[in-house]
Amino acid sequence: MTPLFLSRRSALGGLTAAGLLPRVAAAQSASVLRVGMTLADIPLTTGQPSQGGEGQRFIGVTLYDALINWDLSRADQAAKLQPGLALSWEVDAATKTIWTFKLRPGVTFHDGSKFTADAVVWNLDKLLNRSSPQFDQAQATQSGPWIGTIASYRVMDELTVQVVNKAPDAVFPYQAVNLYMSSPARWKEMGGDWNKVAQQPSGTGPWVMEKVVPRERAELRRNTAYWDPKRVPKSEKLLLRCMPDSTTRLAALLSGQVDWIEAPPPDAVPQIKSAGMQLITNVYPHIWPYQLSFLPSSPFHDVRVRKAANLAIDRDGLVKLLGGLAMPAKGMVTPGHPWFGKPSFDIKYDPDAAKALLKDAGFSTAKPVKVKFLISTSGSGQMQPLPMNEFIQENLKEVGIDVTFDTMDWEALRARRRGGVELPDNKGADGINNSWGFPDPDLGLIGTGWSQKRPPAGYNWGGFADPIADDFASKAKLAFDPAEQDALLAQLHTRMVDQAMWIWVVHDLNPRALGPKVKGFVSAQSWLQDLTSVSVG
Amino acid sequence: MHLYILRRLLYTLPIIIGVTIVCFSFIHLAPGDPISAVLPENASADLVAEIKAAYGLDQPLPVQYLKWLYHVASGDFGTSIMTRRPVVSEVLPAVANTALLAITAITLSFTFGITLGLAAGFSDRRVTDRSVTAFAVVGISVPHYWLGMVLVVIFAVLLRGLPATGMGPAGTHFWEFGFEDLRHLVLPALTLAMIPSGVLARSVRAMVAEVRRQEFVQTLKGKGLRRPRIFLHIVKNAAPPILAIMGLQFAQLLGGSILVETVFAWPGTGFLLNAAIATRDLPLLQGTVIVLATFFVLTNLAVDILQTAIDPRVRRT
Repeated sequence: MTPLFLSRRSALGGLTAAGLLPRVAAAQSASVLRVGMTLADIPLTTGQPSQGGEGQRFIGVTLYDALINWDLSRADQAAKLQPGLALSWEVDAATKTIWTFKLRPGVTFHDGSKFTADAVVWNLDKLLNRSSPQFDQAQATQSGPWIGTIASYRVMDELTVQVVNKAPDAVFPYQAVNLYMSSPARWKEMGGDWNKVAQQPSGTGPWVMEKVVPRERAELRRNTAYWDPKRVPKSEKLLLRCMPDSTTRLAALLSGQVDWIEAPPPDAVPQIKSAGMQLITNVYPHIWPYQLSFLPSSPFHDVRVRKAANLAIDRDGLVKLLGGLAMPAKGMVTPGHPWFGKPSFDIKYDPDAAKALLKDAGFSTAKPVKVKFLISTSGSGQMQPLPMNEFIQENLKEVGIDVTFDTMDWEALRARRRGGVELPDNKGADGINNSWGFPDPDLGLIGTGWSQKRPPAGYNWGGFADPIADDFASKAKLAFDPAEQDALLAQLHTRMVDQAMWIWVVHDLNPRALGPKVKGFVSAQSWLQDLTSVSVG
Repeated sequence: MHLYILRRLLYTLPIIIGVTIVCFSFIHLAPGDPISAVLPENASADLVAEIKAAYGLDQPLPVQYLKWLYHVASGDFGTSIMTRRPVVSEVLPAVANTALLAITAITLSFTFGITLGLAAGFSDRRVTDRSVTAFAVVGISVPHYWLGMVLVVIFAVLLRGLPATGMGPAGTHFWEFGFEDLRHLVLPALTLAMIPSGVLARSVRAMVAEVRRQEFVQTLKGKGLRRPRIFLHIVKNAAPPILAIMGLQFAQLLGGSILVETVFAWPGTGFLLNAAIATRDLPLLQGTVIVLATFFVLTNLAVDILQTAIDPRVRRT
């Protein structure tokens, strides 16, 4: 923002003395944490939140718990699973399909009703049993990626539940972390109307919903009776405001109207710092890639072209363009992550090596590779897609890869990705620039790198098919020992990088800007964050 | 007069239906799937088909349109795909929020614009005329979302005196409207008032200057009428076209401004349209468009009737 000829002190002196401009900060209570979200509407509040990772971050883990929760207390390592509403879980050694969950005793929903095994089964019916009165298509849709493996479930005793998978699936605990438990009693109290429950939702989480104003704000208060005393919120209240425009969020933060904003604009980084605000960044399971087509007609069918494209991108320059709010990628996951492995293909900026690979494949700057990428103008996790794509287009052109873009809005791009490369609309597309996450093995590695996981069974958009990768993926899916599973996933990732399965560009650094008085926030390496430790003042 | 009003009222129906047909067609011409935003990442073809069928999106476009029109005629605007809330419950609060903003902005702009326009039109001093013209040109030319950001920088960020975004605590409970709500209203209302103020100032100035040059004004002067009486005659003659402009400006403001409402996170119709477009929420988009189109047409009808009442010469045949 440009400095003005009128000094702030003199202007304030004049206007506040006249009583025209009462100070905003004076009205703020120190125990309220006010957050500016990027969302244009409050996510679905009934249990399974809508609007992706941000929906889960602000409505999912605030109001609700799952049987298994993420441990979001550490910034120095990837978030791990920890007991939530279940004290423990184990798979039947013989069948490998029957999971037994021992539930936490003494937990109550916000409405005072008891959390029991019946409530778990009621919640699974809510998502899976179309003939149950509480079945809710809206929540079932949101939980789609995580319930497909469940065949049946039953109450064993008041505090024990069994869930049976359709086939052995060692990734199931990562899926259970996304299944939030809402209160059957509240649903009955509201006459079985989920729209009414949405106004007064009831979970077991550390925050209680007080008021929802659609498309404007949600007001939550501290759950003093939360079952985990260490996670009783430090702030008395949490105010979530919808601010889809990044400049609006920035102005709200700088003016003291909110204490916390998600995704500040990269070009405002110097201003945020000079205003005394805190800019918090950390790696998290995000990658900004081009998912590639492996159809015989695509130039990316040739591993040399894929590797050349990976070597042609000046990631450091791109990070500079992004105000430092990104990290150059070395693969799907970040180096240091348990699943990174030891790839021999080092992804870096080496245009000469890229040219040599292209020459070997029969291309040059005079006879360039011609490819088309599908890109979006904006979208969740897409960062700054237009300037980033233009930057990369220049990089690729310099080594002999001519890129054209088919630009569309975010929802159109998602539909193109969901359909797979063979979708008729995708004819002629050699890649799709759809940001991706690796919070769990299925989404990050198994679902993308296994040839069986073509859409809709998985997320292998371009049809990558490699017998070695398939072997690791299938074994990881059946590795019930977490350490063994991590080792297999590391081998799978190593193979994916060595085959240059995608063009991996940068990892977003999950930026958020906090007011100078905000204390206690730990930026977990996760799409979710824990707001219970945060206080203001 | 009653027949005229009835006839004009009947004319509005085909206009509104025409607007809905155009909007419906354009929405479907745009790339992207209306249900994309609510589908899980691994949605199967069966699930896609099921959800499409639930919203009637599996039927031919003319059938979809006619069914939608039939439901709207019976008061059912459908359900938002994204939020599962009835469209009416989404649109009405947004319309109320935009109306609050629009009425405040239009009051400000009518006051400023007409006062300045009259001052310039009646003044024989060149400096007054030039100043008002300069204000009008700036008002018309400055992009209002840019002006909004500048006002936010000055009054919210630097002076920290007014809120940068959002509505006050009362929200749509206007009966609870208080000082804090008024403070939230100031910046977006000032921003929105700028363009109509400029347009009106320029139009009023031009009309008044034109009427002043007409022979009947010289006659009135020659008859020895006092200046206030002459002023009233001039205003009455200049009023009909100005009323038309005021009506258009008011209707435009009622339609909400996507840019200004997004800059100020003001939950009105512009903000709602923005969200509906971004998520391809067809029922919400169509519901909002028909409500806005109706407002626009009815406001213009009201202006036409008012014009006719003031000056019967403008009555349409």
